Amino acid sequence: MTQSDRNKLFLTLIGVAICIYTLWPTFQFYAMSPAQRQEVLQARPQAATNEVDRERLQKLADLRDKAIKLGLDLQGGMYLLLEVDKSKLGAAEARNAVDQAMQIIRNRIDQFGVAEPSFQKQGENRILVQLPGLLDQERAKSLIGQTALLEFKIVKTDEETRALLDRIDQALVRQGGGASAAGADTFSAQRPFTSRFLSVAQAGESFALSEHVAAIDSMIAAVRADSSFLFESTLAWGAHESEREGRTGRSLFVLSKDPLMQGKDVQSAQMRLDLDQERPGAPGVSFTLTSRGGATFADVTGANVGRRLAIVLDNRIQSAPNIIERIPRGQGSITGSFTEEEAQNLAIVLRSGALPAPVHVVEERTVGPSLGQDSIEKGLMAGAVGAGLVVLFMVVYYRLSGLVAVAALLLNILGLLACMAGFHATLTLPGIAGIVLTIGMAVDANVLIFERIREELRNKKTVLAAIEQGYARAYRTILDSNVTVLLSAVALMWFGSGPIRGFAVTLSIGLIINMITAVGISKMIFDAWSLRRKVSTISI
Amino acid sequence: MFQILHGINVDWMRRRHIAYWVSGLCMAISVVSLIAHGGPRYGVDFTGGTLLEVSITPAPQIDEVRDAVQSAGFQGSEIQRLDKPGQILIRLGTNETAKDPSTTVRAALERMKEGSTVEVLRVESVGPRVGSELRSAAIKAILLALGLILVYVAIRYDWRYSMGAVVALFHDVFITLGAISLTNKEVTLTVVAALLTVAGSSINDTIVVFDRIRERKQSLRREHPQKVMNIAINETLSRTIITSITIVLTVLALYFFGGDVIHDFSFAMLVGVVFGTYSSVFVASALALETQLYLERTTAGRKK
Repeated sequence: MTQSDRNKLFLTLIGVAICIYTLWPTFQFYAMSPAQRQEVLQARPQAATNEVDRERLQKLADLRDKAIKLGLDLQGGMYLLLEVDKSKLGAAEARNAVDQAMQIIRNRIDQFGVAEPSFQKQGENRILVQLPGLLDQERAKSLIGQTALLEFKIVKTDEETRALLDRIDQALVRQGGGASAAGADTFSAQRPFTSRFLSVAQAGESFALSEHVAAIDSMIAAVRADSSFLFESTLAWGAHESEREGRTGRSLFVLSKDPLMQGKDVQSAQMRLDLDQERPGAPGVSFTLTSRGGATFADVTGANVGRRLAIVLDNRIQSAPNIIERIPRGQGSITGSFTEEEAQNLAIVLRSGALPAPVHVVEERTVGPSLGQDSIEKGLMAGAVGAGLVVLFMVVYYRLSGLVAVAALLLNILGLLACMAGFHATLTLPGIAGIVLTIGMAVDANVLIFERIREELRNKKTVLAAIEQGYARAYRTILDSNVTVLLSAVALMWFGSGPIRGFAVTLSIGLIINMITAVGISKMIFDAWSLRRKVSTISI
Repeated sequence: MFQILHGINVDWMRRRHIAYWVSGLCMAISVVSLIAHGGPRYGVDFTGGTLLEVSITPAPQIDEVRDAVQSAGFQGSEIQRLDKPGQILIRLGTNETAKDPSTTVRAALERMKEGSTVEVLRVESVGPRVGSELRSAAIKAILLALGLILVYVAIRYDWRYSMGAVVALFHDVFITLGAISLTNKEVTLTVVAALLTVAGSSINDTIVVFDRIRERKQSLRREHPQKVMNIAINETLSRTIITSITIVLTVLALYFFGGDVIHDFSFAMLVGVVFGTYSSVFVASALALETQLYLERTTAGRKK
């Protein structure tokens, strides 16, 4: 062995040692039982109560950070692309809306308790939320999507309500024009709006059957489109269905246009089971206002004793209690037909505040944990079978030299995985496909070299010369051919998101390392073997 | 030494006209299939829409599922049974009013039958605007990849060769697309990834052959170009075949063991790799020869 060979061997060994060191946490992590793994994923050192706990959790969190992460498609989870609807915001509000929304959503998710959620701003008005692991998808979506704008509004008196409904009737008749003239004297033709209700303006509520709600909504929209009188007050539905005379429906309320106060004055909110005296154990939410909000609340309730106060969440009335007396301390509650989960959600969204603008889910990709596990198993199986076939082929076809290629291949995969751990890359199912494909493509370099060596041998070169020539001549071709695949992988990395990017990443890292392992390291093995023995034959 | 295809001496280039017919036929089939299907069948990634994979126990009748989905307000949904009992893939038809299609459908499926449990295995829901953005991003990525490869090949090789390589590249990608259309598979994000990889590996094979042609052209300067090409192709043939074998082995493993999610990806790769191997000889090299012969004829004509 020459000095330079020794240096190369030394470098290789150091490289392998670094790779193994980098991969050690990954190995530790995946050798754990699922329960232990879950603990590692959930570890939050900042939430620890004492120093010993904190240190232990910190170790787990470090382990988690250093291990190769599985993509949402493998461990299960949700990928949500949200769009903030800024259409109704002023220029100044719009500027910060996305950042604010992201902060608020982050708060909500943190309280919900998801291990390692990720939030990214994308472009002008989008937020990418990734929630790995097992979770209640519907609940997560409702937590994220709720605007949670809490407002307190005064319910108009029965006279005011009736007056407004009359005006809507008149406006609709005017709009309908001669179209409904045939039945002009019937009640429903004269009062197209009011006639849809079962009862009108009873303690501020007008009750309509559930099947009429959509029709009423479209009438309101039609009136709003061409008359301005609706701007003085707003119409809002009760959030929950109720029963009248054994039939289910909803109540419509006429409310003051401007809120007396808004939910940003909420200081804290809790789910409680003891709020409704009529239905003990029914979940509800109690909230406390900030001191400033509490003062306003006291003034407002003091000034409106005897009227109904509507607690409006996202334009739906949660409840509309009568104000019996001035409420001094700024405490209130929301009750209704909630499940415990819904009440919990409501408490969370109230605590974390309202989104500055409505948020819509524009892209959703969810993978359930069982499919993720299935994908892991199938990916590993495909990888094992693919690698096995390639190894078998190489050894049968090139014999000992084939073994050298296989050794280079193993180092290639080792280096690829170590790079992924080192760069905190995420392993996805297409990423596994990329690794499997790397196995197939990586041996190409060795095939090129070996075929070249065989040719040189046929041309009666000595073994040493054949090896030298084989490597020297094949090298440029290997470079060229790897570069073209890399170029398409780069295009893919730039375009793709999530799983697809995982494919581009593994394939490109694999091919780059390939140029070192398949050429450099396999050459080193050949050199070490051939120089020592002054060989005259080669198993190729 | 265990060898295949050693010492063969086939006059590939003399038979190139047969290959033109084969390629022409494959391209024609692709075109016909694409026209008959009204263009590529895009998946929800590109059209926008919702794809839902659920597992329902006990396994329901497909008609029950169809009724449940329809009653939830999604007209024209496609419902497909998957391998495992109770596993169903639902591609929702459009419903403008539904704010959260996956939740709505799940609720409808849970209501379908007393005591049945519904597990959502996978949801892919893409808004129409995001779909069209992804579509244009995919087209840009394909153009970018092709552009980068073209520039690289143009720098490294004579333009006479580049043209053959480029035509071979389009040939492979197009026929792969045709095969996807013919088998009525969807073009999804992963399939686009496969098409790009096909583009990369197609040119890879071509480059190896071209490298050898260039080398032989220098050592055999007196020979007729057709003969030079044949020699180069025969010399690299074993490598071309072996590399394809190793790649095909891994792709086959992905195809048979990798599961539904990457099934279409592996299928596209398989078709692409096979045609990529074929085209590096019969399209790329053959066209490079055509160009060269044509140039020689015209310059020779001018000399006279």
